[in-house]
This record gives sequence, C-alpha cells and structure tokens, in this order.
Amino acid sequence: MTAAGLIFSNIHNQSIPELTKQRTMASIPYGCRYRLIDFALSNMVNSNISTVGVITHNNYQSLMDHLGTGKDWDLARRSGGIKLLPPFISAHENRLAGKLYENRLEATVGAANFIRYCSADYMVLSDCDAILNIDFKAVIEDHIRSGAFLTLVGKRVDVKKNPIDCPVDILTVDSTGRLTDFEVAIPQKGKPLINTNIMVIKRTDLLSLIDEAIAKGYKSFHNDVMRHGLRRRLFRVYEFDGWYTQITSLESYFAGSMALLTEEAQNSLFRVEDRLIYTKVRNSPPTKYAASAKVTNSLVADGCSIEGTVENCILFRGVRVGKGAVLKNCILMQDTNVGDRADLNCVITDKNVVIKDERRLSGHETMPFFIGKGQMV
Amino acid sequence: MFKKKECVAMLLAGGQGSRLYALTQKTAKPAVSFGGKYRIIDFPLSNCVNSGIDTVGVLTQYQPLQLNDYIGNGLPWDLDRNYGGVKILPPYQGHGGADWYKGTANAIWQNMEFINRYDPKYVIILSGDHIYKMDYAKMLAYHKEKGADCTIAVIEVPIEEASRFGIMSTREDGQIFKFAEKPKNPESTKASMGIYIFTKDVLEKYLREDSLDPDSSNDFGKNVIPKMLADGQKMYAYPFEGYWKDVGTISSLWEANMDLLGEEPNFQLFNDKWRIYSRHDAEPPQYLGKGSKVVNSSLTEGCEVWGTVKNSVLGANVYVGKGAVVEDSVVMSDTRIEEGAVVRYSILDTGVTVGKDARVGEDKATAQGIAVLGADYKVNDKEVVPAGAMLPKDI
Repeated sequence: MTAAGLIFSNIHNQSIPELTKQRTMASIPYGCRYRLIDFALSNMVNSNISTVGVITHNNYQSLMDHLGTGKDWDLARRSGGIKLLPPFISAHENRLAGKLYENRLEATVGAANFIRYCSADYMVLSDCDAILNIDFKAVIEDHIRSGAFLTLVGKRVDVKKNPIDCPVDILTVDSTGRLTDFEVAIPQKGKPLINTNIMVIKRTDLLSLIDEAIAKGYKSFHNDVMRHGLRRRLFRVYEFDGWYTQITSLESYFAGSMALLTEEAQNSLFRVEDRLIYTKVRNSPPTKYAASAKVTNSLVADGCSIEGTVENCILFRGVRVGKGAVLKNCILMQDTNVGDRADLNCVITDKNVVIKDERRLSGHETMPFFIGKGQMV
Repeated sequence: MFKKKECVAMLLAGGQGSRLYALTQKTAKPAVSFGGKYRIIDFPLSNCVNSGIDTVGVLTQYQPLQLNDYIGNGLPWDLDRNYGGVKILPPYQGHGGADWYKGTANAIWQNMEFINRYDPKYVIILSGDHIYKMDYAKMLAYHKEKGADCTIAVIEVPIEEASRFGIMSTREDGQIFKFAEKPKNPESTKASMGIYIFTKDVLEKYLREDSLDPDSSNDFGKNVIPKMLADGQKMYAYPFEGYWKDVGTISSLWEANMDLLGEEPNFQLFNDKWRIYSRHDAEPPQYLGKGSKVVNSSLTEGCEVWGTVKNSVLGANVYVGKGAVVEDSVVMSDTRIEEGAVVRYSILDTGVTVGKDARVGEDKATAQGIAVLGADYKVNDKEVVPAGAMLPKDI
C-alpha cells in the first residue's frame, strides 16, 4: 500500500485577507517558525508519503520560496518528492482557455496528470487551514478496512474554544461512521462534527471521479460530487480526536495561535514521538535574553533578542524587543522590531514591521490589532 | 572531466581533545557542542563556505562516528556539491600498508591524492578546535599579493600568555623570520592561529621530505614550518583582528560560551552576512512557562523552562523544571533539569538528567572549578555533585 499527497495551497485564501494579500493560505506564518503548509506536509512525510503535489492558484512566490527543493521535509527525491502544480492555463481554444480554476473540483481536474502519473495506490488530499498532527497511515487503513469510496477526516470542534466564523461542512454520520448528510453553515453552538477537508481516496477512484466530473460537467465538489454521491457511494468519516485548530479568520488565527501556549497543544502538536513538524531551516542564532528581560508563558523562536517584558506572546524568528517594552498577548512575525518602552496588547504584526520607541497600541482578543508586512508605526 | 579548484581546504578534525575529558569520551573535539545550537566544527565549515571555498576535506581519526554522522553529505553548510563539497577523510589501508595519522603534517601527506584530484594552486589548512569568524578569501588574497609560499594567520595575544602559543617574529612587511613553538621567553606577541595557506607545490615538496625523515614527528608547528623557515621560503604572517578562541580546555570552552552573553557580547553571532550554519533536528519553538525567569542567557529551539535561568547558554530541547535554577552554566542539548534542582558553574553535556532537588556545582564566586557531567550522565534526586567534579570518574 502506497500513498501520495495532494495539497490545496490557496483554498480559503479569502477568509483571512490580511495575511493572504501577499501570500497563499499555505504560507501564512504560524507558531513562531512554521507556515501553515508545514503541518500538512509533515503529516504526510511522517506517514511515509513521499510524493506530494502542491496545487497553487495565485501569489505563490512566498510558497515557492518556503518549499525550495523540498529538502527540509526530506522531499527532495529523485523519484517522487514535492511537485508544485501551478494552475494549468491553456493557450488553446477550450473550456480552460485563459482561465484560472475557481473551486476545489476544477483544481483537482487541473492536477489530473499528476494524479494519473504517480504510482501510489491511495491519495491523501488536504487543505492548509487545519493545524493538527495526524497519522495518515491510520486513516488509510481505516479507509481500506471500511471499503469506503471516500473517507473524510472529521473533527468535533468545541465552538466556544475554537470559534469558526466562516461556513464549513457540518457532518452527520450514522453509527457505523457513514456520512448520511451534511450542511454548509457557520457552527453556532455545541461540538459539531466538521469536515477538516482532509480526504483519502483510492487513486483510480479519484481519476474516475475526475473523468465523471468532466463528462457530466460537474461544477462543485460539494454539490455535485458529495451531495449526489451520498446515496450511491459509501462516504465515511474518520473522527480525529487529537488537538486541532482551524484558521478561518484573523480572530481565529489569533485564538488558534494563543492556544499554542497550553501544554496540551504543545505536547500533541510538537512533541509526538516520530511525528515531528518540519519547516524551512533559517539558521538563526539562538535567542538572547538580556539581563532586563522578563518573559513568561510565551513561545519564542530562535534569532530573537529580548530586553523587555513579554507575556502570553508568540514571537517569530528574528524579533527584537527593546528595553522597557511591554508586550502582552501579541503575535509578532519574523523580524519585527519593537522599540524601547513600547506598550503593545493584542497586536499581530506581519513580517518586518517596525514599532518605534514608546508607541502604545492595543487591540482586543476578539479584534486583534493587525499591522501589515513591512509597515512602520 | 574534473575542473580545477583554486583553493582546497583541509580541516584537521582527528584530535581527541583530551583536555576536555568527559566531553570527548564518546566524540571527537570538533563535534563538541558550542553556543547552544552549534558544534565547534560549524565555525571553520561556515567560514569556508562564506569565503567561497567549496571543497573541504575533513580528516578524522578519534571517535569519528558522531562527526561523520553530523557532517553527512554537507547539506547544512551548502557543501553537498556535484563537484567538490565536503569529504570525510579517515585513515586508510594503502598499497604499502595501513597507518594512523601520525601528526598533522602526516595526515595531510596521506591525503595528497585527494588534494591533487582538484589540482589546486593553494591549500588552506584549518583545525577543528577554534571559535571564530574569518574570511579566508582575504587571507588568500594576502598570500597571493605577497607571493608567499606559506601564510600563517596570527593574532595578537597578551605577552604573559604568549608562551602557550606558537609565536612568530616578523619584519615590518609581515615576513616571518623566526618561529618559536610555545617559547619560554616569547620575543613577539603574534600567535599562530593554526591556520595555514600553502602554495600547493611547496606544500607537497615539504610534506614529501618530512615523510622521509625518520626523526620527524610529522607536525606542522614542530617540523614543517621550522624546516621551511630554515630553508628561506617566503613565509608571511597574516594579521587577524577579531574574536578567536581556542576551546581546548574546560575553562576556555566555558568562557567562549559566556562570551556570547551580555549587552555587548565579546563574540557576536547575530550577523546575517556571516551566518554560522549547523545541522539540527526539527524542534518546536522554545517555551517559557508561567513563573519562569530567564535573564542574560541564550536559549534555542525545543527548550522548555519553568524555573530560573541566569547567565547561561542552553542547547536544544533542554527542560528546566519548576523551581529549578541554572546559573553560570553551559547546558548542552536534550538535558533535563528536574524540579527544584540547582545547577551552578557547570558544563552539562548532551542527554544529562539532573534529578529533583539535586545540586550540581557551586556558586561561581566561591566554587573551586567548573563541574562537568559527561553525555547521558544521571544525577539522582537530591544527589550533590561538588564544584569542579568531573563525572563519570573513570576518564
């Protein structure tokens, strides 16, 4: 049994425009030193998947820069490895002429050649908005055992802890785990079972699905493939029970990042034996804490220089915190420079932001204050 | 078909580093950890690649397993090249028999074939026991400009320390007229840094002669350099200014780590233009828990701190439990310091465990020496390890 991966790097871009203006969903920085795609990629690599196609749509330069040859995930291979799949825009007269794909189904159709020519038995499809450490081997085994046509990974999400503020698939299953119905909605209360958009399907089944989609002029994965297939095919839901967070907006990015400050999140995301999360190596020096530093309950990447007070924060690589500065509940991305005596609360800065001495900025947990890439305040 | 390389580097990494005792019982000195996420050999290797030297032979002999594993194909230093790159050169069995590397000069002589494959004009000889950042390209330019046969990098040392080094006496233009290995009464303060650039043909000639001399101890400092000087070869001293430290002893290794700390550190690693590369595992970011206190210290990936860390350098994946104190210490990767334990003025190698409420070392102000715990050493709960201890004992 072999498997190959297929990652959708741009789907959900529109849900977090602040961070995807100049990058893909896949290359959103997360957790001090990672990009969202690192979780999907590492999960695949840790599950013995060594052929991974990454479907891109637009502004994917930062993603290409991050992935490089794939060597940081051990995916620089002669056979297989990482394959970037930019949109296939035909110059000839046909239905794809001069037009980018518009949804998941069209994106998959565009990757048909990749799927056709990789030799794996099974395909694992994943988006980049879900953060989890999952063993796909177990999902694939479950898929084979159940004889399902398609297995979706579902997760019961506590809406209070991980507020989801854009429509997702809320799944209904019977006692055997068969998907009986689903609705696309914003979950309001309780612990609904939602679709993580991670799917396992036999490669040949995916190819026939693609042929069917083209022949019958299907437009949408949800309406045409899933809705119509519910009765005639076995769609199964594999319930994931580990730590999970989904990024659906800037607010949920904030909440999903702050959730990393718990031991539970760190242990089940980062400290799982034989299932490390890999990322691009930057070779930053270790982080320096000055004599005046006061840092508590914070996650800090390498390459930082801290002279001030930092509480409940996520600091990315190369962040500098000046003397007397006080940071609370902040997420500061790569190379953010905070001046002396600045006072920040619930602030998210993108890369290379400069905050001058004595600036006072504050957002709120439900509405973090966001400062875009390279801005100076 | 091979192309030519202008300059090939030969890195002497076979030394045992016996003065590091417990730290080198299972590994060669160049593979000893430094500064949290580095090994000593990262410095010459990074210097090479930053200086545009992409062909490096690493001569190994003593406990090479970790070193071989660490260097691998050279990928972290960008030295995984189609042509050139980093190559491990262990002693080997040849046509005329097998031999260990008998001295620094003999090690290079035994690998003349490796050097000649690249047909270089120059050879730079480096050692794996110094911490420094240096642009070898500038030294090579100096060597060419002087039309030298051999150029030796020198650094100014205080006169009272000069008798620990190889000391060069030079003319105004830098030409060396006298060389004294560890002189009792030093005549100059220009100390050899153990970095040599040779014009290859001259090097080959002298190494051949040295190999035929039964009385020679086959060492650059003791035999080859004095011989070349006596023969009137053009030898120049290249003055280096900047941080350079021999980390061959416990105290100098501790000092060099401490040189990374402070507001204006003696040795600055934060420099994007001269990055030091290293191989490291994928570790999560460092986490400083509620109630932790970390001051004047350097921490790296995977650390988890709930206690107090002061004036210390921590490697990857170090755990400091609640109420534990680490002060004036160097703690290498994968070490656990459990709740309530106190570690002062110590060097802890990789994989050490310090049990709950244990005591290692003493306050730096009063301690008689640095306490050293070798790799994977276990200190039991409430056990006391005195200042200056070297454990395990049988080394």
